[in-house]
Amino acid sequence: MTAVGKAGSVVDPRGGQPTDQRQQLAYVATQAADARLNVEIETEGMTLNIGPQHPATHGTLRLVARLDGEQVVEAEPIMGYMHRGYEKLAEVRTYPQVTTLINRIDWLGSFANEVPFILAAEKLMEVEAPPRAQWIRTVLFELSRIANITLFLGDMAVQLGALTPVFMAFRDREFVLNQIEAATGGRFHPNFDRIGGLKDDLPKGWIDDTKQVMEKMRDFCDEFEELVLGNEIFQARSRGIGIVPPAVGLAYGLSGANIRASGVDWDLRRDGHEALAYDQVDWKVWTHPDGDSFARYWVRLQETREATHIVDQLLDGLPSGPIMAKVPRIIKVPAGEAYAATENPLGEMGYYIVSKGDLVPFRVKIRSASFSNISITPWLLKGVYVPDIITILASLYFILGDIDR
Amino acid sequence: MTQLSSTDTDTSAETEPQPDERREAWASQLADALGDGYAEHHIIGGSDLWVRVTRDSWADAATAARDLLGCQFFDWLSAIDWLPSPFGRDMDAQEDNPEPKAADPMEQGHAGGETRFQMVMRLYSISEHMGITIKADLPDGDLSIDTLIGVYPGADWHEREAWEMFGIHFNNHPDLRNIYLPGEFEGNPLRKDFPLLARRVKPWPGIVDVELFPGEEDS
Repeated sequence: MTAVGKAGSVVDPRGGQPTDQRQQLAYVATQAADARLNVEIETEGMTLNIGPQHPATHGTLRLVARLDGEQVVEAEPIMGYMHRGYEKLAEVRTYPQVTTLINRIDWLGSFANEVPFILAAEKLMEVEAPPRAQWIRTVLFELSRIANITLFLGDMAVQLGALTPVFMAFRDREFVLNQIEAATGGRFHPNFDRIGGLKDDLPKGWIDDTKQVMEKMRDFCDEFEELVLGNEIFQARSRGIGIVPPAVGLAYGLSGANIRASGVDWDLRRDGHEALAYDQVDWKVWTHPDGDSFARYWVRLQETREATHIVDQLLDGLPSGPIMAKVPRIIKVPAGEAYAATENPLGEMGYYIVSKGDLVPFRVKIRSASFSNISITPWLLKGVYVPDIITILASLYFILGDIDR
Repeated sequence: MTQLSSTDTDTSAETEPQPDERREAWASQLADALGDGYAEHHIIGGSDLWVRVTRDSWADAATAARDLLGCQFFDWLSAIDWLPSPFGRDMDAQEDNPEPKAADPMEQGHAGGETRFQMVMRLYSISEHMGITIKADLPDGDLSIDTLIGVYPGADWHEREAWEMFGIHFNNHPDLRNIYLPGEFEGNPLRKDFPLLARRVKPWPGIVDVELFPGEEDS
């Protein structure tokens, strides 16, 4: 890496990346605050602690922001208040027991957490779930996505001061959770995925009910498109705020809707090679060129609607057949290493499993989306104003369990 | 495999190694770029690619992967402790420093290796839709390696995690301190010789193995 950027630009002393104008301003602000002197008005630097328990944070994320007046000089998220050590715990649990743990990583889209782990274990065992199991997996995966993102759609609005959407989100999410519960027995932690297939088949009448719910969720999306995206205040507070250039986002490991909102056309549902049924249906990956907070909200809203279409199509074409492949009752995974990642509601979630041919994994590395998504915040929050911190954090959308694991 | 959950799906896996030209090409491109720094690679056709490099060319490997292979996406970085657990599989040893069970010799995974600690990073190309796992051995006496922050700024937090969980030092990392654990925490939890104290306090009830059906043999 060169230490010199484009002519006239200032180099970020940490990353050595050539910086844009916004960062240049932030850099000047840093210098000014260090000297405890603002170039225009004489002000003193101030440190503001947001969280760990604060209504504007999701869970127990603590943010320490050094301010110069209303401008953030430096902001750093501090995590670990909810670290549960799943990577260590997974080393002493048998493979089927691990899914109970990892359900609790992203607790709003639990079923989606199980899938990549099971897929990685299946890769090692060289087992593939039968088609019907793959399709039902995909359906439940998308239902998790809808339940998860619905809450984001309400939550970001409430963080920007609109109280109604969050109630509507909780109300309509319930329909989806009911369907997940009807199929799996658990509203939040289904623990339904098995190596080689699924625990059970779908209950009677479930398909029709789910289609009705998908209808409702499409109405919900339409309503939110007008109510939130069409709202002038929402637009004023989110457009142009927290712009992530695509190259920077990728280098920080941003994935999912966050990077698609920066115009990167990449979705592991379409581009990944995992054994799920996404290639069997007709759907579209949504991107937005702007890369700001508004774009991130917009992309997620479109994705929710798209997910309802995916579910509808999958349910129409659901193949018949068994839901479990040939798997021994006592699961010993052959020695080897495998990585499987899927496009979870929050972004790419993957598991790197190292197996020694035992009942328990030797090492599990959990790649959770929020951890990488939020790692861009020290860069992104430089130079923004205090109210925009909330917008940016809300739009990046993280779940604390997904950061702390 | 005696008792099966269901019987009518054919899942006989192909064990023949499939040729994988794209991944071969990636491996040889990296080998050319790194020269002596390149140690070994392992390919599972149509699935994944592992490359092992020396410790000194760790950052060069990342740069080459980004610039030559187009892996702009930084996926994750971590480490593996290959020491067989001295506490046995169930982590329920009731003493502090049990004698290491004279178990399996240390055995590194894909793309080989010689040392107890190995760095792993995963990079991904969003244009090729292909990922690569790069490994590097760390000699026991000197657990340190160059930071990747200059190549991928996103490596910052992952390196801090590896530092606290494995005690691996990242040269030139500007801010190497605990990310999850309290500052005064002692030990490196993800090392295999770090005991899981919860198991010491209360034996794990889930330890019971699946009971066999009458007449069923252990698989």
